[in-house]
This record gives sequence, C-alpha cells and structure tokens, in this order.
Amino acid sequence: MSNTHKTLAVMGAVAAALTAVASTDAAAQSKEKCYGISLAGQNDCAAGPGTTCAGTSTVDYQGNAWTLVDAGTCATLELPASADGSARNGSLEPLARDVPA
Amino acid sequence: MTQTNASHTVAVSQAEFTAAMRDARLDIPAGLIDAEHHPAGRRFSVYRNNVAVSLREALHTGFPIIAKLLGPQNMDGLAGIFLRAHPPKSPLMMHYGDEFPEFLANMQQLSHLGYLPDIARLELALRRSYHAKDVAPLAPEALAQLSADELMEAKFELAPAAMVLNSLWPIYDIWRINTQDDAPKPTNTAQDVLIVRNGFDPVPHLLPVGGVAFFNALQRGECLSDANNAANKETPEFDLGATLTLMISGNALTKIKGLHP
Repeated sequence: MSNTHKTLAVMGAVAAALTAVASTDAAAQSKEKCYGISLAGQNDCAAGPGTTCAGTSTVDYQGNAWTLVDAGTCATLELPASADGSARNGSLEPLARDVPA
Repeated sequence: MTQTNASHTVAVSQAEFTAAMRDARLDIPAGLIDAEHHPAGRRFSVYRNNVAVSLREALHTGFPIIAKLLGPQNMDGLAGIFLRAHPPKSPLMMHYGDEFPEFLANMQQLSHLGYLPDIARLELALRRSYHAKDVAPLAPEALAQLSADELMEAKFELAPAAMVLNSLWPIYDIWRINTQDDAPKPTNTAQDVLIVRNGFDPVPHLLPVGGVAFFNALQRGECLSDANNAANKETPEFDLGATLTLMISGNALTKIKGLHP
C-alpha cells in the first residue's frame, strides 16, 4: 500500500471511530454512586481484598454503602421508611444513618 | 519489643517468628512473651491462624472467578499452599496475588484447566485497573481537528487504568459467563481483552485481533501510523477503526503528544 493510501485508511478508521463513539455516548446512561440504598451484602464495587467494599454492607440501606444507579435518580429512589418512621432517601454523599455499630 | 520492655532482650529473631508464622507444623517460638512477660503460648497460634485466614479470604475476594470455577473447597486448599509459598510483599492487600497466575500454571492437578492462569491474570488486571490513577480522557474532538499528517505522527498517552491482555483461550467469554446472567457459552477461540474504566469500575472488552500489538506500540510511544503498521504486520485483518472506537469510548487515550508545532 502506498503512503497516501495508508494515510487515507488511517484517517477513515479514525473518522469511523469518532462517529461510533459519538453515537454510543448519546445512548449510554451515565451512572452515579448512590449511598444508603443497597440491601445488605448487595452494595457495588470491585476493589477486591483489603478494602471496605463490594458486598460488605451488613444491614439493609446501610448509609455508607453505595450502589451505582442511573445519573440523576439517586435522591428520588423510593425506599421504605426507617423503623422509627422517618423517611429514608438515597444520597450522593455517605450517610450516618443505618450504619452498623 | 516496645520501649517499656527495653530491659528485656528480644529472645526471638524476626526470621524465627516469620518462619513459625508461616508453617503451623513448626513449634511456637520459644521465648515469645506477652506484655505481662508470660509465654505467648497459644495466642501465637491464634495469630498464625488469623494471618492465614485473612490471606485466604483475600485470595477468594481477589479471584472470584477462579474461586467459582474451582469451588470453595478447592480454592481454600490452593490458597493454603499459595499463601505459605508467596506471603504478601506489601501491606496493601488489594494487590495480593501477583504470583497466583504462575502458581496455577505450575499446578499439575490443574493442567487440564489450561485457561485458569489467564483468567487469574484478567482478575489481577481488573484490580490494578480499579486502583490505577484517574487521568482526564482526551476529548474526541481533539482527534478530529488534526490534519492528515498530524494524525499519522500523533503519539498518545494512555490511561493508567487501560490495560490489554492476550490469551490463547476464550478469556472474554469465560469472564462473561461467570459474571453475567444469560451470557452465551464460551466459543473455542483465542481472545484478547482490553480493560478500560469509565468512572468507577473497570470493564473488560473483547479486543479485535491485532489490538494488543497496536495498544502496546502506542504505549511504547510509537506514533499512530507506526502502531497501525505494527498491528497490520502481525495481523493483516487488524481493524483500526473498531480498536480505536473501544479505546476512545473507554477513555483509554488521555493526551496527544509528538506533534510538531
């Protein structure tokens, strides 16, 4: 292949890649970390040993455990109220509620 | 020992202590005392057991697919042998198990499961990717603005979280069937994998053939044109477009270098 042909081939491939990326970006939902919504043992994370991480939450809706949810939905997720009747909500920051002693 | 015990000479060397800690068949080191100057006795055995259990759990957590493929009992047994042969070199447990793939490859009893070492490599790479430094990705527009000559000469910095793995086994399919519901059965093909991290969690992608050579050439600092030639030379059917799509959408490119002003 001549150099001009090679350049054209590479340019074509880059252009195709950029088009493909642009169209998948629009389709892909971004995610956010949502604290206080995971059931016990169901929190996300893939950090492996030596970290306080995936599947380590011990109570339902533990305040410092998170799960990835679609961006913008965290605070509006419906959760059962606490035992004392106060409402529970998800949060983008770690919460002090429902943290095991 | 501590300063309050400075009057007592250390009766047990670190080497003795470490050896006894790693082998339950050895006696409790003589002369080992507690804070009250009583012989440490069985408390040493408790400590020895805790060390082994914590490392075994670290291996279970760090290699979930290996543990799943082998079953918990076999994994326990392997972990027991491994942790004594390869104690941690760093207190950071998140990277424990560097030697595990080699260890699996050398286990004769596992030689019929030839793909295990590569799956372990994949699990290690996923962990490294998770803990790799954050770097802002290259905006795709920056690529679109280059002239033809600039594009051919462009060199790239790659994200620390981006990694490739090549294998003679269908490692992507094996990873998928063990992590996702309703995944198709593994095909009988060699598969290469690109690991990228968008945000929090690293994700492996099936990399088109030749992609590993292309990625490695870019990582060595070769320009786009040379990296493309390197991949084509090895694999004439190399698909630059598909490989770049994966790399760009996975935030694997972080910076363009080597442009002449």
